[in-house]
Amino acid sequence: MSGSGKLELIAVDKSFRAEKQNHVLADIHLSLSPGEFVTIIGPSGCGKSTLLKIIAGLDADYEGAVLLGGVDAGKPSRDKGFIFQEHRLFPWLTVERNIAANQSLRNKEVRGQVDAMIKLVRLEGFEKAYPKELSGGMSQRVAIARALMQSPQVLLLDEPFGALDAFTRTHMQEALLDIWRNNRATMLLVTHDIDEAVFLSERIVVMDARPGRIKQIVRNDLPYPRTRHSPGFQELRSQVMRALEKQEEPEENWVI
Amino acid sequence: MKQLGKWWKGAVIPVSVLLLWQWASWSGAADPKLFPAPSSIFGDLYTMLLSGELFYHIRISVVRAALGFLLGGSLGLLIGLLVGMYVKVEELVDPTVQMLRTVPLLSITPLFILWFGFGELSKVLLIAMGAFFPLYVNTFLGVRGVDKKLFDVARVLEFSRYKQVTKLMLPAALPNVLLGLRLSLSIAWLCLVVAELMGADSGVGYLIQDARSYVRTGAVFVGIFVFAAVGKLADSAVRLLERRLLKWQDNYRG
Ligand SMILES: Nc1ncnc2c1ncn2[C@@H]1O[C@H](COP(=O)(O)OP(=O)(O)O)[C@@H](O)[C@H]1O
Ligand SMILES: [Mg+2]
Repeated sequence: MSGSGKLELIAVDKSFRAEKQNHVLADIHLSLSPGEFVTIIGPSGCGKSTLLKIIAGLDADYEGAVLLGGVDAGKPSRDKGFIFQEHRLFPWLTVERNIAANQSLRNKEVRGQVDAMIKLVRLEGFEKAYPKELSGGMSQRVAIARALMQSPQVLLLDEPFGALDAFTRTHMQEALLDIWRNNRATMLLVTHDIDEAVFLSERIVVMDARPGRIKQIVRNDLPYPRTRHSPGFQELRSQVMRALEKQEEPEENWVI
Repeated sequence: MKQLGKWWKGAVIPVSVLLLWQWASWSGAADPKLFPAPSSIFGDLYTMLLSGELFYHIRISVVRAALGFLLGGSLGLLIGLLVGMYVKVEELVDPTVQMLRTVPLLSITPLFILWFGFGELSKVLLIAMGAFFPLYVNTFLGVRGVDKKLFDVARVLEFSRYKQVTKLMLPAALPNVLLGLRLSLSIAWLCLVVAELMGADSGVGYLIQDARSYVRTGAVFVGIFVFAAVGKLADSAVRLLERRLLKWQDNYRG
């Protein structure tokens, strides 16, 4: 699989023009090395989804630059896989056809890849099932397989496990790490769950709202596989928590 | 077994009516010129089947309905798709279609006869016009109902414009299209009856008119029965198609 693309965000700035100007992202600088796993965490409405859409190319109306492998990331493409919060499978296609997407399963090579993907996300036996017959976790695994099928350099995940129950979520986090280990795509995952961020990623980007900006980046060098009860895990957890709660220092002292 | 039980319950009323009717004919309470006994109607049906008369007229009616349905239905599907996909086409075409839709079909029948005569053309066109609207409206609705979020998925997966239509829009609109298909079929059949009763020299409608003028009331009943049976058959065929094509639907309880 490919994993060669360095992802760079340079001075990304975004406003929605409604009746009132809404400054959603301010001066975002971030660089992900190939194969790195980074999570973004921040309050609701701070522009996390907007940022992922910009990187994916789904929203082209912004200032600044998004580079993948040194060139403009541009329009939506297979290089930039996207996992949405809802699985967004095509309800009229079976699991295997969803994974194959616009490629034909009659093609031997495609058939082989799809079978490998189904194995990777552990859905053997459900090849011919329709999305309505799957649980939330299974559907999300199909969505991940569908994205991986395109051999993306970067995988963008927007709160992919937010809608799942706690038990399924833990299981999916482990599955995602498994996939990442085998696949080595660059991962950028948005979450509002501190545990999830500490469990998964090598760096945690903490954002602030109005306008959305990067407040702090927390390194996480805990060795994989991580255990949630280790002191190191707890220490990082509170570090992220503190970063989230910290009030910005005012730039000048106000004199009343 | 349970299904059979339900079926029997549904048959209770029609069977009782038939028995009562038969009894009324025997006892002389019903005028046989207006209400021939069910047994004599079945006799008429039998002789008309044997002579080939019935099949001849059914074939002609079915061909007329099919031609009109194919013409109007495919136009409705095509234009409905285009109007659904392109707002520019919608602005240009939809107001006119909505205006024409308010005109009662039966009121333009005399005009069609004036323009195209009593021949096949006026009949097929009338049927086509009837079949056009349900497919148009429902296809349009279907396309507009496609989940916008799935288009983002199609963009990320780099679907071509063609694949967007065949792999996203059409399947997503299919439930509505099939509903339109069913409505179109039943309206096509209704228009056929109207067209053939207005004036024809063949077809099931002609059979009924002809039988009426010779007071062959039994044959009138046979004609009505055939109209109902063929219409029901066509409807069942589409339902079967729905069952096969929409088995992915979550809310489908066919
Ligand atoms: N399509 C849109 N039009 C106008 N404003 C939007 C749109 N999408 C998001 N916003 C605004 O942008 C801000 C950030 O939204 P979003 O990126 O969804 O936040 P997050 O994913 O961090 O919760 C919110 O204030 C929201 O109201
Ligand atoms: Mg969001």
